[in-house]
Amino acid sequence: MTHRKKGGGWNPYLAGALAGLAVIGAAYIGAKVKSRPLTFNVVSAYVQTAAVLERTVLPAHAVRNAYFKREAVGTAGAFALVAGLFLGALAGSVSGRDFQWEGVPPLWYKRFGPNLLKRCGCGFLGGAAAMFGACLAGGEPIQYGLNGAVQLSVSGMVALVCFFSGGALAGKYLAGKGNRYE
Amino acid sequence: MNDAWLAVLTGFLLGFLMQKARVLRFDRQVGALLFRDMSVFKFMLSAILIGGTGLQMLADAHVIRLAYEPLNAGGVLIGGLLFGTGWAVAGYSPGTEWGALAEGRWSAFCVTAGLLAGAMLYAESYPIFKVTVLSWKDFGPLSLPKLLKGTSPWMCLAWLWGGGMVAFVWCEFKHV
Repeated sequence: MTHRKKGGGWNPYLAGALAGLAVIGAAYIGAKVKSRPLTFNVVSAYVQTAAVLERTVLPAHAVRNAYFKREAVGTAGAFALVAGLFLGALAGSVSGRDFQWEGVPPLWYKRFGPNLLKRCGCGFLGGAAAMFGACLAGGEPIQYGLNGAVQLSVSGMVALVCFFSGGALAGKYLAGKGNRYE
Repeated sequence: MNDAWLAVLTGFLLGFLMQKARVLRFDRQVGALLFRDMSVFKFMLSAILIGGTGLQMLADAHVIRLAYEPLNAGGVLIGGLLFGTGWAVAGYSPGTEWGALAEGRWSAFCVTAGLLAGAMLYAESYPIFKVTVLSWKDFGPLSLPKLLKGTSPWMCLAWLWGGGMVAFVWCEFKHV
């Protein structure tokens, strides 16, 4: 087994295994230094950013919002995790000379053409639906995978199955008859 | 090391590894949902298998205490399916879209705006969901060993490893 995958990039099994080791390391350091584990709560960072935006536009309305209040706990870690993800991916793409400005992804281009407005509009709607669902479910794949399933939590496994099932059904619908993504 | 620094460091490692495995891209994310490129699935399941085994060892050595996320049936089922639908359309999840931006996929900014709009929309409708979908059935924090009536966590992990290996062989056999 080579450490590179055909078509570029590291072997996903190897990279995934290293990510697993990173999770173990974070849990160990968290337990030894802070006496509590690190949680991979990415959704909170978005919810709190949304709260700040709403407070800027409608301060009196936003301050009464029960969900914003509920999600305000431990947000420093959520923002830090998102910042770390960004910086890590930036380091990876720059060091591997892999950084490339791209508007319409190749797969989308094949199926829906070069219209950037359509791509951005669908990206916006898809993002809104995904975050609404993530808030309702109480997390997203990284959180339920690296916090939940990794600890043999039933909610983590059920959530991951639901995420992939919903995605597979929608993907099949978007691909159309005869898989027009091909 | 405080919460934030540990989160930055862990996030950095995860972001770096996901980028190196090329699983941040739209094509790979949607490819997994179409069962035509399972790199995302391979990455995630490998991390869960290795991470799960390590965390269980740490828990057995009383270094850490496992904390399970509660299982709210209505929220996880409906929210999970809705999330998946949005994921297939957007092509990024909240955890990967900042990574995609770091690779230069600038149209992911529209996804960022959508994610924030979705969070606002949910925050406004939370009182309705709290008394409907979220109140259907809450199983509380539930682990697989507890669900399987006292089965050893190591036996559960063995089954997970077995299932994972079968899935990996299928992926390689199908060249996806």
